[in-house]
Amino acid sequence: MKKTFKLIDLDCANCAAKMEAAIKKLDGVTDASVNFMTQKLTIEADDGRFDEVVKMAVDCVKKVEPDCKVVVK
Amino acid sequence: MSRKQKKMLIRIIAAAVIFAGGLFIPEAEETFSVLWFVRLGVFLAAYLTAGWDILWKAVRNIAHGQVFDENFLMSIASIGAMIIGEYSEGSAVMIFYQVGELFQSVAVGKSRKSIADMMDINPEYANVERDGEIAEVEPDEVEIGETVVIKPGERVPLDGEIIFGSSGLNTAALTGESALREVTVGDEVISGSVNTGGLLKIRVTKKYSDSTVAKILELVENSSESKAKTENFITRFAKVYTPIVVISAVLLAVVPPLFLGNWGEWIYKALTFLVVSCPCALVISVPLSYFGGIGGASRRGIMVKGANYLEALAKSQTFVFDKTGTLTKGSFAVSEKNPEGISEEELLSLCAAAEQISNHPIALSIVKAAKEKGDIPKAENAEEVAGFGVKAVVNGSEIAVGNSRLMKEVLKNNGAKFSETESSGTIVHCAENGEYRGYIIVSDEIKENSAAALSSLKKMGASKTVMLTGDRKLTAESVARSVGIDEVQSQLLPDGKVKALEEIYAQKPPKTALAYVGDGMNDAPSLARADVGIAMGGLGSDAAIEAADIVLMNDNIENLPLAVKIARKTRRIVTENIVFALGVKVAVLVLAALGIANMWAAVFADVGVSVIAIINAMRAMRIR
Repeated sequence: MKKTFKLIDLDCANCAAKMEAAIKKLDGVTDASVNFMTQKLTIEADDGRFDEVVKMAVDCVKKVEPDCKVVVK
Repeated sequence: MSRKQKKMLIRIIAAAVIFAGGLFIPEAEETFSVLWFVRLGVFLAAYLTAGWDILWKAVRNIAHGQVFDENFLMSIASIGAMIIGEYSEGSAVMIFYQVGELFQSVAVGKSRKSIADMMDINPEYANVERDGEIAEVEPDEVEIGETVVIKPGERVPLDGEIIFGSSGLNTAALTGESALREVTVGDEVISGSVNTGGLLKIRVTKKYSDSTVAKILELVENSSESKAKTENFITRFAKVYTPIVVISAVLLAVVPPLFLGNWGEWIYKALTFLVVSCPCALVISVPLSYFGGIGGASRRGIMVKGANYLEALAKSQTFVFDKTGTLTKGSFAVSEKNPEGISEEELLSLCAAAEQISNHPIALSIVKAAKEKGDIPKAENAEEVAGFGVKAVVNGSEIAVGNSRLMKEVLKNNGAKFSETESSGTIVHCAENGEYRGYIIVSDEIKENSAAALSSLKKMGASKTVMLTGDRKLTAESVARSVGIDEVQSQLLPDGKVKALEEIYAQKPPKTALAYVGDGMNDAPSLARADVGIAMGGLGSDAAIEAADIVLMNDNIENLPLAVKIARKTRRIVTENIVFALGVKVAVLVLAALGIANMWAAVFADVGVSVIAIINAMRAMRIR
């Protein structure tokens, strides 16, 4: 499954790169991309564990930039 | 400016005022004197006003295990400067860092917004006629077959066919073309275009999710998902750059003074290193440039699906074209009829009957010509033999319509006798129950600007242009000559196109890319195989939008050299930024190590370079 999330207050380009690297390393993630310009996070992960993966990804984002919010619909 | 940015601006101004006040306080001769405390207090106030949040973030991020974080580096550098007694520099570093960050955030926000505005083609509502009344509903609630009213000035919400009124449609947001499209009853309208004239009523032919506007929006939304190689490279580079500079800073602070003494001076140099160690200018300028390039291109009706494709297009030296619909108009017309043993009308109607199942442009033109003459008989068991033609049963007889290869096969019991005429048009033969019935010639017009587009590509240094076509050699060569193509491969079957493409691929100069330009009909594999697949005339052709990496929304082939130009200029801007940012940083590092550059120079190398790189990157949006 592939899903895109909006990121609010993603302020630095290097942080976006760090988030992307961290999320890519998560267990169950096939591919991930954090786009600084469009402020979007795209996660591709196993269907069964998707919600769990999203939770971990949100933690990764918080870790790099605590002020940045992920809009999970 | 957002509220967050305004708050920051106020903080910066306040800090700058306090800082300016501090500059009037003379330096104290004695440490811990009253004057010394006042001076420290004023600069500390300026420092904290500007950078308290940076300090806080640094502390918080260390707790999260983020060590080489910009906030941390800036904090160490500025605190270090304070400790060694450089109060004014310590607070100035923080103020300028914040100025740079603010500028960055405003500039990025601005370019984001201008691109978003450009892509604002989403219709907000549709006026549907239901039970004699007009209701305003969301476009995705409208069903196929319903009637939608479009008032002057409104956006066409869904694809449909006009059933009432005539008007001029502005498709600039979709195609970049400013000329109005005149439409009237019976014409198709494309969602996303704006009605500039009178009231229109349309019958909806596609659901919102399948309509042009939804497809384009989807394309744009996902367009920046694939990143350019340069961007990935810079990100990786940034990952090692910061630790290297930080480690050198530590060594610089400790090793030389062990032998030479003078700790203060070396620590100052090390702190200068830390200020330069932020990779932000580099990391931001690459995606920003590509984003600008993609945005600028979309304004001209060139949709690019990702920065990586823009990058590949910039490297493209070999251009492979499909003929029909790309270099030629693809609007065929029957130009000659040569029946044998039957009348012209009968020949036309036999061919049309069989060709009804095919959506090949040639088939469509034959069907169209036959319809003008009368009804077309029904065909049964019709099958398309790709690359050959069509076979079907019409009025009980077996009909084969297609090229000479098909004739050779179906007429083999009859000595395979048929007229092997030469013509620059396409010859469509017809056989009935194994007997030859004559041929029809269908010709295609070459687009007026194909030759101009090819010659601009050549001028831009394209090393090779090739045309691939399923058409006969004679037709292909005549088209190639008049548009100025270097090499032609004709009579290719659909899978032969990909094979031919592979061969050309193997010959392309190293480190260059190959672009395939087609119209998205029957050449999806070639579009996918090339480094960059460019589809022509995306409006209305979903297959093209899906298969291609770059879509030229209007049918104008001259947008191809424009796309190449935008790609190359964007690449140049990216290169300029990388060279400039790295160059200044390295220069300042060297000068700082030698004791020539001070912390002010370092602040410029960090913030100033970011700002200049951003301004440069924004140029990519305005390439013409």
